[in-house]
Amino acid sequence: MMMKLTVEAEQLLEEPATSKAVPEKNGADVFIETLKKHQVEVVFGYPGGAVLPIYDALHKNPIKHILARHEQGAIHAAEGYARVSGKVGVVIATSGPGATNVVTGIADAMMDSIPLVVFTGQVATTVIGTDAFQEADIIGITQPITKHNYQVKDVADFPRIMNEAFHIASTGRPGPVVVDIPKNIATGIFTPREGETEAVNLPGYQPTTTPNFLQIQKAAQAISTAKQPLILAGAGVLFANASEQLKELAEKYQIPITNTLLGLGSIEGTHPLFLGMAGMHGTYTANMAIQTCDLLINIGARFDDRLTGNLNYFAPNAKVIHIDIDPAEIGKNVPTEIPIVADAKEALEALLHQNAPNGNTAAWLESLKVNQEQYPLHYDASGDRGLLPQQVLELVQEYTNGEAVVTTDVGQHQMWTAQYYKFRKPHNWVTSGGLGTMGFGFPAAIGAQIAKPDAKVVSIVGDAGFQMTLQELSLLQEMRIPVKVIILNNQALGMVRQWQETFHGERYSHSLIPVQPDFIKLAAAYDIKGYRIETYEEAKVQLKEALESDEPVLIDCRVVQKESVLPMVVPGTALHEMIGVKPE
Amino acid sequence: MKRIITVTVINQSGVLNRVTGLLMKRQFNIESITVGHTEQPQISKMTFVVNVEDEQKLEQLLKQLQKQVDVLKVNDITEKSIVVRELALVKVVSPPSVRAEINSLVEPFRASTIDTGKNVVTFQVTGNPEKIDAFIELVKPYGIKELTRTGVTAFVRETQKAANTPYLSILQ
Repeated sequence: MMMKLTVEAEQLLEEPATSKAVPEKNGADVFIETLKKHQVEVVFGYPGGAVLPIYDALHKNPIKHILARHEQGAIHAAEGYARVSGKVGVVIATSGPGATNVVTGIADAMMDSIPLVVFTGQVATTVIGTDAFQEADIIGITQPITKHNYQVKDVADFPRIMNEAFHIASTGRPGPVVVDIPKNIATGIFTPREGETEAVNLPGYQPTTTPNFLQIQKAAQAISTAKQPLILAGAGVLFANASEQLKELAEKYQIPITNTLLGLGSIEGTHPLFLGMAGMHGTYTANMAIQTCDLLINIGARFDDRLTGNLNYFAPNAKVIHIDIDPAEIGKNVPTEIPIVADAKEALEALLHQNAPNGNTAAWLESLKVNQEQYPLHYDASGDRGLLPQQVLELVQEYTNGEAVVTTDVGQHQMWTAQYYKFRKPHNWVTSGGLGTMGFGFPAAIGAQIAKPDAKVVSIVGDAGFQMTLQELSLLQEMRIPVKVIILNNQALGMVRQWQETFHGERYSHSLIPVQPDFIKLAAAYDIKGYRIETYEEAKVQLKEALESDEPVLIDCRVVQKESVLPMVVPGTALHEMIGVKPE
Repeated sequence: MKRIITVTVINQSGVLNRVTGLLMKRQFNIESITVGHTEQPQISKMTFVVNVEDEQKLEQLLKQLQKQVDVLKVNDITEKSIVVRELALVKVVSPPSVRAEINSLVEPFRASTIDTGKNVVTFQVTGNPEKIDAFIELVKPYGIKELTRTGVTAFVRETQKAANTPYLSILQ
C-alpha cells in the first residue's frame, strides 16, 4: 500500500535532484577562476599549511605550477618570466616563513618595476593577531616594497581584489602587488555581492599614458634646435614596447643613444648610434656624452645614483626632457625643463608625429666617434694571466650571436655582461638592477626559459651568488629546462673584493672564498652535464659545445681572481672623472 | 619649511599606516597628523603638518602621496586662505587659592573647564596652534600636570585672498 504523502513531500520529490542550479564555490575555486580570466598560464610557488585549499584547487586544474625549491627561487623565476614575456608573473607562497621568503623578490620587483602578483597564505581571520602558528604580518612587512597590497577579509571581495591586483601590477609603472589570503577565505563559500561588476573601479589610481601636447611641441622644438642631443633610454622603453619608435626617433634626428643598465636591449648593441651603457661602469663615450650634451632626452629611466654619479656635476650643460609614466620620477633627482608624463611609446609616437625639422648633429656624432675609437672598453689579456671573464663573455656573445636571453645577479659578472654582451633584441636582458640581488640570475633564467621555451637562455652568475639559490638546479633536472648556467668563478665576492682592493687598502675582509664546492660534481648530483673551463683555449671549444647543447648545462669558468671591472666612476665623483679609461 | 597638507583617502584599514609609512620611508618628518571621516563615510581626510627642506622635496612628497592607490587627492594648502584648528587638554595645578585668578586668565582664550579636582582643573582650548601655544605659556607658571594636543585639522576657506599673501604666521 502506498503511503500517503503530504503536499510538501510531494513537491520535494518532484524537485529535480540538482535543485541547486549553481554549485557552491569556495574561495580557492574563485581564485582559480580569476587566474584563468586573466589568462594566467603558469604560476610559481611552494605549498604550505595556509595555502592548502588553494593547492587543492590547483590539483584539479590545468594551470601550470612550477614548484621551486625555495620561495625566493619561485619569485625570481616569476620575475624572469614577467620580464621576457611582458605578462604578469604570479607567485604563491604560504603564510609566515613562506611569505617572508618572497620578500627579497618583492623588493627586487619593486625597484625594477616588474609586474608581479604575489599571493601569500595567511592564518584564518579568526586568529590573525594572536601570533598563531606560521603567522606573519605580511601586509605590514611588504607595504613599503609593493606598489599596493591587500588582505582579503571577505570571500565576496576576493574576485574584485584579484582583478584590481592584476590591473595595478600591469598598468602604469608596473610593480609587485601582494594579496594575502587567510585560510578561511580560501575555504569560505563565495556568494557574489549584488550589483558588483567586473570593471575595476579605482578612483585613486589613474595612470596618465597620453602626453601633454604642449610639452611634446616644446620637446620637438628642443630636439630640432639642439646641437648635441643625447637619448638616455631606460627600462621604460622596454615596458612600453617602444624600441621601434626609439630607433626611429634616433635615426630621424641623428641622435646618439645610451642605455641605463636595465634599458639594455632597447636598441641593438651594434647600432651605429649606440654609445654603450652609461653610469658607474658605463663606457667613457657614453658618460662623456652625458657630460657634454646640450639636450638630454631621458626616456623611462629614473636617474639612479649608479647612473648619474655625483649629481652636482651631472649633465651640466644639458636641458633635460624627461619622459616617464610615473610623475614622481620626474624632478626627483635631476631638475627637468620639459617633463612629459606618459607611456614611452605614446610619447615617442607623438614626438615623431610632430615632424620637427632636423637639427645638424654631424659634428657631435663625429666627436663621439673619436671618443669611441680612442677609449673603447679594454682589458689586459697579455702574458699568461689565465682565463679572463671578459673573454668568456665575448665568446658567449659570438656563439649566441647576441640573440640569447641573458640573466645575471649583481656584481662584477653583471657589469662585464652589460659591457660585453651586445643585445640584438629587446626583452632578452634580465638582471637585478635596483635592488642588486645576489641569487637572482639563476632562478630568473628558469622563469625566462618557461616564458620563451625556444630561446637560448644563458644565466651568467658569480660563484658566490650562485650558491644563494643553486637549489633550483633541481628544477633544471626535473623539467630538463635547457638553461646554460655559466659561473664566472673567481672564488670571491668579486665586486666586494674589487672595492676592498680600491677603497679599503686591499684588506679582503670575508670576500674571498677559497674553498668552493666542486660545481661539476654538484651538477652531476642533479644529473646535469658540467664543464670546467680553465683556459681561453678550452673556453673556445667547450663553451661552444656547451652553448650548442639542447640540455641543461653548468659551466664552471675558473677566471682570474684579481680582475677588476673598468672603467669606473668612483662613488661621489662625476661621470667625467672616470678611472681606468685607458690601459695603464 | 612647514607645510600644511591635506590628503583625501579611501577609508580602509591600513591607509593611515600606508601614508605614514611612505613618509617615514622617504625621510619626511611629520609634526602633526589628524585623521577623520569627511561628509562621506567611505572617505577620510588627513591633515599633516610636515617640515620639508625645499620646494623640490615638497614636490616629491606630494607626488609620492598622490601615487598611493588609496589616495584620491593631495593638497598643499599652506599658501591658501585656510581655517586651522587644534584642540588641547591641559590639566593645571589649581589650588582653591588661585583658582579664581586662573579662571580669569584663561577666560579670554574661551577655554572651558571640563574637569575639576581638589587641586587641579582641566581646560579644553581650541584654536589655531599659535593660540594654543600662548595658552600653554600662560598657565605654565601654575604647573601643568598633564597636556595633550590633537594636532591641526584644516581646510581652505570659501573665499580666497589674493595670491602670495601667506595667511598663517606660524608657518613663516
